[in-house]
Amino acid sequence: MSWEEILQRPSSRWTLGEGPQREVVISSRVRLARNIAEHTFPNRAGEGELERICAKVEAAVGRLSRAKEFHFLPLAKLTPIDRQVLVEKHLTSPAHIAEPRQRAVVLREDEGVSLLVNEEDHLRIQTLFPGLQLEEAYGLAGKVDDDLEGELTYAFDETYGYLTCCPTNTGTGLRASIMVHLPGLVMLNRANKIFSTLSQLGLVTRGLYGEGTEALGYMFQISNQITLGRTEGELIGNLQTIIVQVIEQELQARRQLYQEMGDRLVDKVFRAYGILSNARLLTSKEAINLILTLRLGLNLNLLPELEYGVLGELLVLCQPGFLQKVAGEKQSTQERDAKRAALIRERLREVRA
Amino acid sequence: MLCQECQKRPATVMVRRTVNNKTTRVHLCEYCAREKGELNFMDSFAGPEFSLHKLFASLLDSDAEVKQLKLDPTAGLLKCPQCGLTYNEFKGSGRLGCASCYKTYRQQLEPLLGRLHGRIEHCGKVPQRAGRSLRLKQELGELKEALNRAVEREEFEKAAVLRDKIRDMEKTIDV
Ligand SMILES: [Zn+2]
Ligand SMILES: [Zn+2]
Repeated sequence: MSWEEILQRPSSRWTLGEGPQREVVISSRVRLARNIAEHTFPNRAGEGELERICAKVEAAVGRLSRAKEFHFLPLAKLTPIDRQVLVEKHLTSPAHIAEPRQRAVVLREDEGVSLLVNEEDHLRIQTLFPGLQLEEAYGLAGKVDDDLEGELTYAFDETYGYLTCCPTNTGTGLRASIMVHLPGLVMLNRANKIFSTLSQLGLVTRGLYGEGTEALGYMFQISNQITLGRTEGELIGNLQTIIVQVIEQELQARRQLYQEMGDRLVDKVFRAYGILSNARLLTSKEAINLILTLRLGLNLNLLPELEYGVLGELLVLCQPGFLQKVAGEKQSTQERDAKRAALIRERLREVRA
Repeated sequence: MLCQECQKRPATVMVRRTVNNKTTRVHLCEYCAREKGELNFMDSFAGPEFSLHKLFASLLDSDAEVKQLKLDPTAGLLKCPQCGLTYNEFKGSGRLGCASCYKTYRQQLEPLLGRLHGRIEHCGKVPQRAGRSLRLKQELGELKEALNRAVEREEFEKAAVLRDKIRDMEKTIDV
């Protein structure tokens, strides 16, 4: 499969497949921050040095198991739209594509593994799994880390552990995060309290896709803040234990919401379905909100013909970069909204057929 | 049902308000809920970068820093010999420039790492290559303990073997 085909398909490992606790947890991600010994960190390295780091990582990719499934993509050789799609598919970060020269993404075909070369650190090893699979995600990231070490010598200190550009990542360099959908807790106005409890437990919560105060579709990312002084197992285990409790709270909130709102909630779900199945113009913001409303409806067994996989696909499909990638770049905003609505209508018709 | 606040938009958010120990339920539209500050939870959850900068400001401009600078007035003139990162650059960005920065700014980093992580010593994964000497040192420590035990029990043959092993190992790493 070529990398272009990968960027053009809306489905990937984290959108497809029924991961555990799928009704609340959309995906689990692990990132390991690593730097290569004897090299200045990317923020202070010159072009030549950054090039050499890219070359070293490219050589090390050959050591990975299933090496043939990996694609090394220099960001400068991609179009701005392609880079945007990488971010929308959660394969890299907005900070990484901000300066594409001497930067690269290494991609495994199933999108379950990606390497960010010369982001804030020389290397970020990322794994992405559907549903709640933190241990699996760490297991795979650790394996990739071991394989790369066959070729690379990491910057490591006996006291501080893995040395990273930002002191917030020092030690294990491990950032585990889960993407959760919490409409029940938000609508019952309980999310605030839960998030402040989470922060006391050393976890950080952020709204997804949202700018400022806008928490689009009640989707959040929860991750560990501490990286030093605990083993990787402790960090993953702590996050896992707490998340299981958040899931319980959310499911309980949904049951209560269903009891209290009854038909009003059902109506909200079917209106969302009606709009997505019939609208002629959809902004990405509206589409995301509606898709996530359907996600709630799926959990309440209101929409037997739909699957989580389809909704995951739609979430990628309605992103602005992805849409320009499949529909061509020279389009007005309205043409794009029309294309988005058409693609969603078509996909939902296929599902019903 | 219409929003109980504006009576215009449909109510999509249910808000519980507790006043004088009495909880009431109010149905609001998202707009009014936000206006009323019922949905403003996102404000308090900025990313780690944001909190890091606040932490730096509070830590580096604190009395502690003033005291430290009095003890060691040269701290403000520090510069990493490897990458050239100055103290002010470090203070401004909160980012380090290379592995040597960890040595150069050790004194400034340790309280910061302590505040960020609660602990300042790594106890997680040790890499095969870069951690080779750490692994050897750990092994060496274990051998020395075994040697002490052997001597205590007067197992001299075993002690001799262990002593040779330790000597060989010490040659391969510069301790
Ligand atoms: Zn209102
Ligand atoms: Zn430096």
